[in-house]
Amino acid sequence: MNRILAMLLLITLLLSAAPLASAQTELSLWYHGAGNPEERAVLLNVIEDFNASQSDWSVVIEEFPQESYNSSIVAAALSGDLPDIIDVDAPVMPGWAWSGYMAPLNLSEGALDGFLPGAVGVYNGEVYAVGLWDAVVAIYARRSVLEANDIRIPTLEEPWTGEEFDAVLETLQATGDFENAFDVGMAWKGEWYTYAFSPFLQSFGGDMIDRETYLTAEGVFNGEAGLAFGEWWQSLFERGLVPGTSQDPADRDTGFLDGKYALQWNGNWAARAAVEAFGDDALFLPAPDFGSGSTIGAASWQFGISSTSEHPEGANAFIEFAIQDEYLVDFSNFGGLAPATASAAAMSDLYHEGGPLEVFFGLSQAQALVRPVTPGYANLSLSFEKAVTDIADGADIQDTLDAAVDEIEQDIEDNGGYGFGDM
Amino acid sequence: MNAMSFETRHNLSIGLRYALLILIATIFIFPILFMVMSSLKPDLQMLRDSASLRAFLPVGDISLNNYAEAFERVPIVQFAFNSVFTTSVSVAASLLLNSMAAFSFAFLQWRGKAIVLSLIIATFIVPFEVIAIPMLLVANNLPWIGPEGIEIGWLNSYHVQIIPFIADSLGIFLFYQYFRDLPDELVEAARIDGASIWQIYARIVMPIAGPIVATVAILKFLVMWNAYIWPLMTIRSEELRPIMVGLQYFFQLNIAWGEIMAYLSMVTIPVLIFYLALQRAFIESIATSGIKG
Repeated sequence: MNRILAMLLLITLLLSAAPLASAQTELSLWYHGAGNPEERAVLLNVIEDFNASQSDWSVVIEEFPQESYNSSIVAAALSGDLPDIIDVDAPVMPGWAWSGYMAPLNLSEGALDGFLPGAVGVYNGEVYAVGLWDAVVAIYARRSVLEANDIRIPTLEEPWTGEEFDAVLETLQATGDFENAFDVGMAWKGEWYTYAFSPFLQSFGGDMIDRETYLTAEGVFNGEAGLAFGEWWQSLFERGLVPGTSQDPADRDTGFLDGKYALQWNGNWAARAAVEAFGDDALFLPAPDFGSGSTIGAASWQFGISSTSEHPEGANAFIEFAIQDEYLVDFSNFGGLAPATASAAAMSDLYHEGGPLEVFFGLSQAQALVRPVTPGYANLSLSFEKAVTDIADGADIQDTLDAAVDEIEQDIEDNGGYGFGDM
Repeated sequence: MNAMSFETRHNLSIGLRYALLILIATIFIFPILFMVMSSLKPDLQMLRDSASLRAFLPVGDISLNNYAEAFERVPIVQFAFNSVFTTSVSVAASLLLNSMAAFSFAFLQWRGKAIVLSLIIATFIVPFEVIAIPMLLVANNLPWIGPEGIEIGWLNSYHVQIIPFIADSLGIFLFYQYFRDLPDELVEAARIDGASIWQIYARIVMPIAGPIVATVAILKFLVMWNAYIWPLMTIRSEELRPIMVGLQYFFQLNIAWGEIMAYLSMVTIPVLIFYLALQRAFIESIATSGIKG
């Protein structure tokens, strides 16, 4: 009898445990990094840990290649098939939020304390996305080259001024040792142009759009500061200080390492190759200050939740779980990216105090400025890219900037102000 | 003397002709040679070699590492299976359906035939990009019988990659053009002998349509093998993704050029095999009907 009772108890326990084991509600997560084994491995680890840490939610990942990820999201939005958790490139986020693809996050108070400004995606006063890392740009240089030419090594506190930077480029070009003094990366067409070059415009005091209203670019892009930026930019090409718009992508990838270029404007994702090639001789220097402060671009891929998610509380729980320091460190150690918090940077292999890439974290903290936070960013970026390309190729600067402003304003008008005001 | 000079001229003419043919062949072969040679080199060496003739030679640090790494980065076998499956089914179904449609236009009499044919030919001018989004919305609302009964929506499946591309206006047109040029006596004689329409199609017309079958098969194969935009829009799961979408896996922050070349080399092989297998019939089709692929 006892044996029968024990069996019944066991069966009852097993039956009651079975629903518990399968009680986790599935949350879909779409991720842009298919084909990126390091990043993928870390994310899979985060998901595994999250799924094991609680019994309510189970995250299921679908991976997409980065180049086509945005198209897949837009197609899914059209077909009403968005996932619960969305991976989003920061400048794209306002467009997706405005289009109704994304909902604001609802994280615990203080969850984002200590995050780099570029890692927090804020739109219309609400946090829509958060990144586990940031991408940072610096001037790549070699200490031996600068010292051989009596060039001061700039610091965060005292970056090169615009005039000083120009003189540095002239000096390096005059040595005859380099094909060009400075490689800005003209071979990397597309978003690189806006991400990397618009900070120069901002350092001159201009911008692509008036960030007070987000309704006009007049006088901001094509005003005095814009003109000064355009003249400097065009002169770089006229004086042969930088490679032209037809730069060979191969030269962009290897030119600095091969000694073809003295300096290079590049992101932290390429820093490990420079350290491997030059060791302690490799330097990563702050952006020059053209009068309105040194500025670099900020914000990379981040996680948000879709507006159609039936389980926003689960999606928020996953994101809050993923932004723990231990995972920020993992992403940095495996992928080489800058961790999103100082505490994670201190624990990381590359960005800790005295680490080979420590300087990048300081650059991000001190100089980062996110790209304009507007749903019209995609058009803004295209107009900027076209303008800097045309100016580099010798077009009339004022006419080019005016044309870019006209394009931007027409787009804002066509879209009713993108929600920033009545047009 | 005259005979000698004629022979010399003749030899010179042949020599020049061969030189020209070799030059043209070289122009076509060099990109493939560059691709294969680059697939054997590390990224930095490949980029450095790209500005010289070394780019076309197996020199330097040669290995199959890029192939091994490409296999690690991308589930190539799965993607290749998906592409072979969707392409094979599409080509077979397309040949059957389009040839039957063309047979109807060429040999059967029915009201409105000319208008329908004109409408089909008119769709040539509509690029796929224009109809992609409407197609997506339609596909998302179509019923399908799945393992759990009737389901709504075709997305994320093999059939969404196949069915929309079976009926093909170009295929119908090419078959129609070929059938129209066949002698009427052929069909009439079969009719007099009592053959049914199906028998005429299957036993009289299709057996002599080899060249056009090869042409339509090659064209359809290329379209399906290179499918990119539509799978991007409709396929969510890696398990169902075709091979061309896999190319995007290599475009990371630091682009893996060597692996891209290895992947492309592998992707190109089936296309070359398929083309070479049908080459004779394809050329015959071009020669006899003036069709340009």
